[in-house]
Amino acid sequence: MVLVWRKNLRTCRLFFVRPKCADSCYFASDSHEWVKIDGNSAIVGITDHAQDHLGDVVYVELPEAGAAVTQGSSFGAVESVKATSDINSPVSGKVVEVNEELNSSPGLVNVSPHENGWIIKVEMSDTGDLNSLMDSEQYTKFCEEEDAKH
Amino acid sequence: MTISQTRNVGLPLMKLVRWKGVPILQQLHLEEQLLRTSSENWCIINDGTNDPTIVMGISGKPAQLLKLDSVLNDRIPVIRRYTGGGTVVVDCGTVFVTFICNKDAVPGLQPYPQPIMSWSSLLYALVFRGFGDFSLRENDYVFGNHKFGGNAQSITKNRWIHHTSFLWDYEARNMAYLKLPARAPEYRVARDHLEFICRMKDYMPRSVFVDRTIKAVETYFSVRPVQLEAMETNLNSKFSHSTKLLTEQELEAAAFESHFEKGLSHSL
Repeated sequence: MVLVWRKNLRTCRLFFVRPKCADSCYFASDSHEWVKIDGNSAIVGITDHAQDHLGDVVYVELPEAGAAVTQGSSFGAVESVKATSDINSPVSGKVVEVNEELNSSPGLVNVSPHENGWIIKVEMSDTGDLNSLMDSEQYTKFCEEEDAKH
Repeated sequence: MTISQTRNVGLPLMKLVRWKGVPILQQLHLEEQLLRTSSENWCIINDGTNDPTIVMGISGKPAQLLKLDSVLNDRIPVIRRYTGGGTVVVDCGTVFVTFICNKDAVPGLQPYPQPIMSWSSLLYALVFRGFGDFSLRENDYVFGNHKFGGNAQSITKNRWIHHTSFLWDYEARNMAYLKLPARAPEYRVARDHLEFICRMKDYMPRSVFVDRTIKAVETYFSVRPVQLEAMETNLNSKFSHSTKLLTEQELEAAAFESHFEKGLSHSL
């Protein structure tokens, strides 16, 4: 939330600012996950668009560290009230770390989808996987077009 | 071509499986496998299941949801299913209806929980028209403010499943296995199970419900009945299900942990 002082009206107003992934993020548009490169690892989570459409996340099914992930395939799930939804990896590789915080605070996926709500860190097997993903601008446009269709 | 055949032209195909009394574990296993390995649309109607069984959602914890001493004493099977949502006790009085669809099967439907839930309520509004004050209320099907249908979903990249357990009838003693859940819809207003739910049989005959459901499905899909035996031979026997029947040891361990924590909190 951002507090803005409107000088001409001499009032304050609270604005909700949608969380924005860093410009260095890549996006899997067909399943709404993001990936950010951090040194030798790729950090993966679900996008703000996804969490907004899923609703309140009450449980995150995490993989074990050491598990293999394949680009486009499911590695876990989020539960939101009545539904489980697959989380698909945007890159292939090996899980090196999972966000254990999500066991006690699954709602982090809703309030901070691109930061504290990260889900896994992956040691990538092929950096070429990023070539098939969208950048931030392309993904934003994709989501706007998808929402406009419905 | 007949008028009904003309109407079906252009509608996506949906295969219909009609069962009676199939064990709920078998039903859930088939559903999960069809969701993950089939590319077709399916409707499964299971009219009752053979034995009383408790079915929890994917994150269900027995100690929090169940009165485990009674469950263990009465040897009631407990399943943790692959979909989200809450806990139900099912038996021969429960009618199950499941839709397994490709994400583009229903034109204009976004494959997310709320749109799918809303679409299902439109379908069932056709079923219950004239039989009661039906509505979708916070993800439950209700007559007035009494729940008679519980829903759950699972959504993959390209497909989704929406399944419902309908309380055509129930045994009051079976509801006693369930604790009041921590997560409950607001309209429940802390009512216990028997004050919260109602029986569908007080509103419509069982066969009428099944027939009207199939008719409602036909407004969205071209329905083709299939036989169970023919289907089972095509399924991959190596498929790994996440739906599990909890063992007696797991339930006893949960009961022990629950008693231990209760004892600890009393002594503090």
